[in-house]
Amino acid sequence: MNIFFSNSKDNRISIWSIGSNLSTGMEDGFEGDPQLLCEHKHDGDVLDLQFLDQDRIVTASSTGAVTIFRHHQNSQTISVSQLWARAHRYPCDNAPCTGVVCSSPEIVTVGEDGRIVVFRADQEGVVRVIENADSSTIHAVTYLRTTEILTVNSIGQLKLWDFRQQSNSPSQILSLSGDRVPLHCVDRHPNQQHIVATGGQDGMLCVWDVRQGNTPFSLMEAHTAEMWEVHFHPTNPDHLFTCSEDGSLLHWETSSHSDMPSFLQGGRNSSMVSRSAMAPAGGKQPLISAWLSGDSSKGRLETTHMLPSQTLSVNSLDVLGPCLVCGTDGEAIFVNRQVPV
Amino acid sequence: MEEVDVEPTITNIPAISDGKHMGFAWGPGDILVYETRYKASGASGSGCSFIHEIRKDEDIYSPILRKLFNESHHIFVGLQTIREDLPSKSKKPQFVSISKNYRSVIRACMEELQQVAVSTKNTELATQCGNQVSILLAIELIWNLCEVLFIDAAPAGSLLLHLLDWVRLHKADVDEKAREVLQSESPAEHRDYWDVVVSYVLQGRLEEVRQMLVKQANLQPAARSMYKQMDTLLSKMPFYNPGGTQTLTEFDVKWRHWHEDVDRCLQDNSFASNRHLELICKILLGDEDTLLDHKELLGTWYHFLVTRLLFCHPTVKLTELHYYAQSCMTMFLDSRSVPEPLDNILLAAFEFDIHQVIKECSIALNNWWFVAHLTDLLDHCKLLQSHNLHFGSNLREFLLLEYASGLFTHHSLWQLAVDYFDHCPEFGRVYLELQIERVPLETERKALKVLRVCEQRQMSEQVRSICKIMAMRALRNNRLGSALSWSIRAKDAAFATLISERFLQDYCAKGTFSDLDLIDNLGPAMLLSDRLTFLGKYREFHKLYGEKRFREAAKLLLSLMTAKIAPQSFWMTLLTDALPLLEQKEVIFTADQTYELMFCLEELTSSLNITASSTDRPMQEEDVEVTKVELLRLALARNLAQAIVKEGTVEI
Repeated sequence: MNIFFSNSKDNRISIWSIGSNLSTGMEDGFEGDPQLLCEHKHDGDVLDLQFLDQDRIVTASSTGAVTIFRHHQNSQTISVSQLWARAHRYPCDNAPCTGVVCSSPEIVTVGEDGRIVVFRADQEGVVRVIENADSSTIHAVTYLRTTEILTVNSIGQLKLWDFRQQSNSPSQILSLSGDRVPLHCVDRHPNQQHIVATGGQDGMLCVWDVRQGNTPFSLMEAHTAEMWEVHFHPTNPDHLFTCSEDGSLLHWETSSHSDMPSFLQGGRNSSMVSRSAMAPAGGKQPLISAWLSGDSSKGRLETTHMLPSQTLSVNSLDVLGPCLVCGTDGEAIFVNRQVPV
Repeated sequence: MEEVDVEPTITNIPAISDGKHMGFAWGPGDILVYETRYKASGASGSGCSFIHEIRKDEDIYSPILRKLFNESHHIFVGLQTIREDLPSKSKKPQFVSISKNYRSVIRACMEELQQVAVSTKNTELATQCGNQVSILLAIELIWNLCEVLFIDAAPAGSLLLHLLDWVRLHKADVDEKAREVLQSESPAEHRDYWDVVVSYVLQGRLEEVRQMLVKQANLQPAARSMYKQMDTLLSKMPFYNPGGTQTLTEFDVKWRHWHEDVDRCLQDNSFASNRHLELICKILLGDEDTLLDHKELLGTWYHFLVTRLLFCHPTVKLTELHYYAQSCMTMFLDSRSVPEPLDNILLAAFEFDIHQVIKECSIALNNWWFVAHLTDLLDHCKLLQSHNLHFGSNLREFLLLEYASGLFTHHSLWQLAVDYFDHCPEFGRVYLELQIERVPLETERKALKVLRVCEQRQMSEQVRSICKIMAMRALRNNRLGSALSWSIRAKDAAFATLISERFLQDYCAKGTFSDLDLIDNLGPAMLLSDRLTFLGKYREFHKLYGEKRFREAAKLLLSLMTAKIAPQSFWMTLLTDALPLLEQKEVIFTADQTYELMFCLEELTSSLNITASSTDRPMQEEDVEVTKVELLRLALARNLAQAIVKEGTVEI
């Protein structure tokens, strides 16, 4: 039974379950309503949420608080397990906490006050704070390696932070030259830790290679308005999902041909084939992922709209296996159980 | 001023004591009220420090009704996009299906509310939900009737069938009773048995009547022939088939024959021995008195109306309805003197007075949802004459604007309201411009959404104002980078100048730059304001100095002053920065450059002298200034000497 969490504008956290019956008669993947299991009040808007482990989630609130909720499977209730009330703050005001990422038991949060705060679940106080990490709002954060995180901010910069170092400055700053377009979301490739995708205010999808250079590898026009979230598929990373203020959810699928002999090409597995074909041939040539094929016309990149019709802004999405969930400003949740990955 | 249609309702504010004067202020969807100290006579009384907020429309905060607003918004937007140029014949089925969509949304909400009302333990919540359910029931009833009469506007024959459907849909208790009877051990002996049979007859559900009567017939073998006769009568009643080949006149003829048959049966006293069957016979003839005898089974006057039409005049036309409606209502309601608002609304609908329907609904309901959407749909069907109001624009737009303005006060439903404003051609934009600036912006994400709405509609004033609000907030919290990115978005040069001043002040105070990550990476945004450009270039100067690229640093420094990029107030700092360069062993500034520096220094000191004669400045400050200037002069002179010598030297 798949479970997903949702945050509603009424400031509640809700847990829903979608049955795992994929009856053969279903053509439209959106059939079958999710069932509400339980819900709990939440102080302030939920700006981000993440699973900490099987039973717990962490939420980032617009009041600057970071909360851990525990889902009790037996009684189907939610309770607050831990709360850090003013994790992000201004001297005389609340600062919204905009992003949270966990690697149990460590939790890293970022906020509009430009601080990065590290917590540990089950520990009262703050483990580490990077004050003034950014002079502008940090919009999102993700883990690059176990000790490194990546943040994006509203002046269009990607900053790499290494927790092994004691200093309060980033170890690397990457940005697009030209207009400083705010970046809103970031996600790392599940298998190849140097590939990162970001989305920004102008709706462009950028794929970066953090080892090489400080400018993005490829830029793709994705949406006509702010891109709120970008996610690689966790088990099938040739698939990427983006959602935007313009009300669309795009499914990006890449499979690259490269200039290889034709007998090695063909079929949907071409990305697998290309990798093994290239390594012995070059020897020194690095493994090139399909995402870093640079010119998107060289690699085959397909995009499909996932939502049936025009909706208000799609604020958030998540994907696991063949199941995709997204939420819109029209207070609707769409569940697609048959995503072709 | 126009006369009011109804007396205004009085609301008591419990917290304000009797007899006190109140002050008030209007808000977008509510009114703020407070106690004043004013007393009509005598000394002024004590004040009270509370402000009370009074809201008329509670519905937008109901979690279940929100679904109604969201779904109907979706349907509304879909309706607006129906192309105007299609012929009305193909548009009518679309309009009917849209109307059905609206109604199904209402029904879904009703069901959910009903579930909550039944399952909750909180009595207050239960009553509230119960009230909302009855309001929604009434709304759906009215909407359904409007759909039948106005939108579908079926011709004679089909009209009655639709009205029958309408009545059947809104009288669900018959089925419940029937279920109870049928599930009992001996249905024919159940005390409600005949009630169920008669109700079915009144609704024209003759098949069910026949099935029920079979049970009774089995119990009374002696009267079998009578039951058979009744069965025949019932089976022979003609119903108009719209899709069939029979014309209306043919149907009418057939019906009259059947009617005569039934009459003959009654005159023959065929059913005289069984009062129930005789009763059914009389009902089939449409006998008014018999029908009126069964008021409790009918329940409402409109049920009476439809039943009477079914058994007296099945080929009724739309235009004839209102005669029957008025008389039926009078006949049915003569025990009570005053008809309820719902009755008036339905009567107005039967009389085809659409404006009256809308007016009465507006008065009776506390939320504009129903009238706004219904009027919009009727307007699309071209059923509303362009009825210009004394104020504002036409009726449809007025109602939509009122509804959307109400939505705007809600912290998240305001996004729906934007689409409604978009489809009000005359005043929508103005309303939107005024309302959008007042959306509270707690988070940056919300501000971005608001900005996106404004930018899509080219509301540049609002964009600037919102960006300025966010930038000021950021500045107040010392988030200079955020403030700068907001002023870049608004292309607000004045604000960018303000922020740069703050940076420069910080530098003068602390001696180092804060937020280097921002200043170092300004990019083309630097050109937004002169001060910002200066800031970027000044930082560049420091970087060059740090990298020991002295020649370039010197050149840059000079150009900052000569090209007048640097504000005069900063020149002293710049010249002081030049000192270490002048003091270097190697000659960095050329002779020409030195002359220019001296010129700048003179310009600066002369302008300072004019203003320096104020006695406010303490002595130490003046001393410091004078010393600085002297040091500079000395360094410049020395540098000039060395430069002239160096440039004059010829290498042999």
